[in-house]
Amino acid sequence: MSGIPHDHYEPKSNLTKGIESRLPIISLLHTTLTAPTPKNLNWMWIWGVVLVFALVLQIVTGVVLAMHYIPQVDMAFQSVERIMRDVNGGMMIRYFHMNGASLFFFAVYMHIFRGLYYGSYKAPREITWIIGMLIYLLMMSAGFMGYVLPWGQMSFHGTAVITGLFGAVPFIGESLQTWVLGAGAVGQPALNRFFSLHYLLPFIIAGLVIVHIWAFHHTGNNNPTGVEVRRGSVEEAKKDTLPFWPYFVIKDLFALAVILTIFMAVVGFMPNYLGDPVNYVPANPLVTPAHIVPEWYFLPFFAILRAFTADVWVVQLVNFISFGIIDAKFFGVLAMFGAIVVMALAPWLDTSSVRSGRFRPMFKWWFALLVVDFIVLMWVGARPTYFPYDWIALIASAYWFAYFLIILPLLGVIEKPLTPPATIEDDFNAHYGPKDGGTATTKAE
Amino acid sequence: MSHADDHQGTRRDFIYYATAGAGAVVTGAAVWPLINQMNPSADVLALSSIRVDISDVEVGTQLTVLWQGKPVFIRARTEEEITAARETDMADLPDKNAENENSVVGADASDVNRALSEDGVWLVQIGICTHLGCVPVGEQGDYGGWYCPCHGSHYDTAGRIRKGPAPRNLLIPVTSFIDETTIQLG
Repeated sequence: MSGIPHDHYEPKSNLTKGIESRLPIISLLHTTLTAPTPKNLNWMWIWGVVLVFALVLQIVTGVVLAMHYIPQVDMAFQSVERIMRDVNGGMMIRYFHMNGASLFFFAVYMHIFRGLYYGSYKAPREITWIIGMLIYLLMMSAGFMGYVLPWGQMSFHGTAVITGLFGAVPFIGESLQTWVLGAGAVGQPALNRFFSLHYLLPFIIAGLVIVHIWAFHHTGNNNPTGVEVRRGSVEEAKKDTLPFWPYFVIKDLFALAVILTIFMAVVGFMPNYLGDPVNYVPANPLVTPAHIVPEWYFLPFFAILRAFTADVWVVQLVNFISFGIIDAKFFGVLAMFGAIVVMALAPWLDTSSVRSGRFRPMFKWWFALLVVDFIVLMWVGARPTYFPYDWIALIASAYWFAYFLIILPLLGVIEKPLTPPATIEDDFNAHYGPKDGGTATTKAE
Repeated sequence: MSHADDHQGTRRDFIYYATAGAGAVVTGAAVWPLINQMNPSADVLALSSIRVDISDVEVGTQLTVLWQGKPVFIRARTEEEITAARETDMADLPDKNAENENSVVGADASDVNRALSEDGVWLVQIGICTHLGCVPVGEQGDYGGWYCPCHGSHYDTAGRIRKGPAPRNLLIPVTSFIDETTIQLG
């Protein structure tokens, strides 16, 4: 599985020899668990394990919630309240599932921005990156459909708004929206199928996670220097790496424990802090809540969706050259999905010869601005759409696209990067000093 | 030598193409029902028309009914509302289309083309903002018609968009009088 030279598993007992000759599963597990991992990984390399934990948490709590939930418009809200009040431990299970979604998205944003800063998306890890983006899209679909299920006011009207996005597609929009909803409006068919898909998607995500891990085990992990592990021989690779088990397992579990401490505090003491209280009002098709706001993890892209109104010149220009086919509403939808597409295209938009942001003096600042931009978008997505919020949303959306489409390609040409260390071992020794004993003698090479 | 280079066409080529063709047809035939099952089912479509008793609706009030899962506003308008709607200059309307499924395609958005009855009293429209699907609130907004609290779209007393992000007038469904006090939706 791993592309980095490493020691192979040799079965010793008759039993393991017998199993290996029939199904090489022990060596597969051994290779995966002892994968050579760059020894200079910092604390931003813990989010993958947090994400795996979050996925398992959501599947386990979700499967048991589905034993009590009823996907029927007259009973969905009550069945959730029943889970909260009558089912043994149901309240905590639901609160774990609800806040588990927030943990999942928090971790995925940290994971994505880690990749963006250290250039983890650059060759040869483009496929890992693309699969990651697919997982992120599926996470958003699963998160959205899960939010529909309690059938509160925000579930119902949020669904109306989001499925309305399909209606914005030119020509086929209306029939597409009807197909998605199974009716002219949000109702029983939509609730039923969203429940089915909400149950399905996490397993597709789990499958993609395996491919994601397979891909980066083959290329090897990126690391804070962006310098590749030496692959000349097993000995050489060992100077740059440590086996995943036990070194990184212990480190990741420690980080997970710290994060779960915070997570437990949120679940235990403020389980509804991140949610919208309006969703504890049963769905009523005749009355819309005053503010329709998605969950916090969707806000940046919701802000981009709303930012491009009909009075923006870009929208008017596109409307004109498309002979009116792309109106402001469809433009907003394209911008929202486009914001993720440009991120997925980062491997081909970044022209720099140096991988890690640590050695890119100009890039650092633009990246910091992107992080601020993301937080601003998240903030403005929950604000009303009048002045000055409309301008803030528009400028912040413009920067998101500018970062990927203009700044990343240009920086590679303009910027003069610093020289990264020759090897990962050099970087490690610069931080921690050479180990006593034999292995510190590689300077000569 | 591969069979593809043999322009004569062998029996084996025939089997290749026949198998591939049959495979494509069977795959399509298997996938289509799986896609089509998501379209509205017979019982959903059966509810596509309902009759509403409007005898209790007084002038200056609105009855909201749920039709096909959507709120429908049935309003008996006052003289002032009708006059305000009829005196509006067409040039002031962002959407100049009647958006009325009962009128001919391309009819303009004059009040006569939108009202259900000729005297202009009855106005029936789908109560979903054409922006992002919220339900507008009646007798509010700058034009005394409907106002959408979500993103601030103002509709006039004929349900026409006047100000705000919504692109179209409130849509008017297929509606007809069955008798003096009953209308049919759909």
